[in-house]
Amino acid sequence: MQRQQREGSALTGLWVVFRKELEDFTGSIKLMVLAVLILLTAAASVSIAAVTLKNYVEEDQFLLLSLFTLSGNSVPSFLSFMSFLVPLTAIALGFDAINSEFQNRTLGRILSQPIYRDVLLFGKALGALAAMALILLVLWLLVLGCGMWFLGVAPTGEQIGRAFVFYLVTLLYGALWFTIAMVCSIITNNAAASALISIAIWLFTMIFWPIIAQVLASAIGGNDAYLGATMQVNLARISPFVLYSQASVAILNPTTRSLGVVLFYQMDGALGGSPLPFWQSFLLVLPHMAAFVASVIVWFIIGYRLFLRREIRM
Amino acid sequence: MSVIDVQHLCKVYPGKVAVDDISFSLNEGEIFGLLGPNGSGKTTTILMVLGLLEPTAGSVTVLGKSPLRSPLEVKRLVGYLPDTVGFYDNLTLFENLDYTASFLGLDAEEREKRINEAFAVMHLGDRAHMKVKTLSHGLKQRLGLAEILVKQPRIAILDEPTQGLDPSSINEFLDLIRSFRDEHHMTVLFSSHQLVQAQEVCDRVGLFSNGNLIEYGSVPELSEKEFGTNKLISITLDKDEPVEAILTAASPDVVKVTKEGPGSWLVESRSDIRALLVKLLVDKGLNITSVQLKTHSLDDIYDACYKEVQHAETTA
Repeated sequence: MQRQQREGSALTGLWVVFRKELEDFTGSIKLMVLAVLILLTAAASVSIAAVTLKNYVEEDQFLLLSLFTLSGNSVPSFLSFMSFLVPLTAIALGFDAINSEFQNRTLGRILSQPIYRDVLLFGKALGALAAMALILLVLWLLVLGCGMWFLGVAPTGEQIGRAFVFYLVTLLYGALWFTIAMVCSIITNNAAASALISIAIWLFTMIFWPIIAQVLASAIGGNDAYLGATMQVNLARISPFVLYSQASVAILNPTTRSLGVVLFYQMDGALGGSPLPFWQSFLLVLPHMAAFVASVIVWFIIGYRLFLRREIRM
Repeated sequence: MSVIDVQHLCKVYPGKVAVDDISFSLNEGEIFGLLGPNGSGKTTTILMVLGLLEPTAGSVTVLGKSPLRSPLEVKRLVGYLPDTVGFYDNLTLFENLDYTASFLGLDAEEREKRINEAFAVMHLGDRAHMKVKTLSHGLKQRLGLAEILVKQPRIAILDEPTQGLDPSSINEFLDLIRSFRDEHHMTVLFSSHQLVQAQEVCDRVGLFSNGNLIEYGSVPELSEKEFGTNKLISITLDKDEPVEAILTAASPDVVKVTKEGPGSWLVESRSDIRALLVKLLVDKGLNITSVQLKTHSLDDIYDACYKEVQHAETTA
């Protein structure tokens, strides 16, 4: 039996949808508010960190990276702010992605144009990804630039590399939350409901899941401490927040040698406190990045499947 | 040449048959009305013709192509106005039309030209750069028609286009629909539950009831089918005189004479004997205030068909 291929490119019209969605996102008030919020919090945490770091300019070879991870004076670090605000921004972009088309009754008009239905999903997802990539890129450059200017230290290639990997990890983190919010917008008709569901999932994975993971791990592990510990680490990683924190710490703090459970005999002979080379750190982070990519794909497939079968009668 | 061909189309939902084995076809350059009350399956049929809904059984062919197998090609040739049309409120009229026109693969100049032309036809030119949220319902419907003009399709499918419009706008709309056929050479398929308006503008109609297509054809054809070829002549006299006998004896073609009201009579005859009746009554010294040849309205036809179907169902 000959498999029939659908006529025309599956991505006809993708650029049109992408451009319009990107214009909508970047012009929208909600994104502007969040962008300003991110910039202000980043400015706060980075300036505190810079003041502290001024004393260590001679000593630390990864000075600029510490801008991202240092906290002080009860102001959380840049990393903490990002792990909190990036999901919020992503959810703000995604929570009314599809149900606004139903609410505004524009879906019938759009789908009667010569495009395939999935192009709408792809276009919105890519538009949101581009919007987040732009905001984060501007932020990163501002932080590094201000750091260089204030501390008077030029970054090495390795520091730029690590900062870039941190950027990618943050972008993947945002992409995952956007996809989750988009799926919520597909399953509910009401934008407010999908916003609440997405935020509920976010709070659950950020605050409650690590606790539940611990409880489950000790239940499964029982007397076996090693099993309990590895279980806890593995279960906790189901939460994107945990994945993000671990990956960021590994790449920004070069002395991080392992993100799992390490037994004493494995540490035998290692030089304590010496930094890992860039590619070794990257290898440490690679499974986390792969996990993000896989989660984004899985959530996207769920949304895709649900949307394609949805009746567009309004 | 048939531009839309529907064969034994069915759509079944759990617990309800929305569309039950309907077949009809549209010829090029005609206005075809899908008529019937709400919930009778008109919108479902339209969505299946567009390929936006998968039929449970049966087939649809649009300009020789299947809307499910070649959706892009079909959608390039068919314009659609949904029953509750919506636009992006934060964008202007021009930007909204520009967005959908971009999917047609036109460059910016061509799009601008087509959109401005469509605005001129629909008298929306002065609002082109205002935000859509300022528009009333009637203007949004016109914007939807403008969008179809921009696409320049072969077929325009309009779902309840006159719903919610005030009477003067309705006539304007019907004129626009006629101009689609006459000036823009499109075939028009539209659905409505207002039979009187449809009668004015449709070349042929399809009557829906409960998911079934109970009749289809042109209004004169259907009228003949239901009521035969007999003519109905309505005569009104200025005084209430007992003229029944005179009217009945006027011609061998007279089938029936009924009194409609004081001085008002309905004569059913096999041929048009108006001149004869007028002469006869005037010769008798009576004064006639009006003589009319009545045609069966679509309402009458629909009622007659519906009753037939009901009767058939109960005796089956």
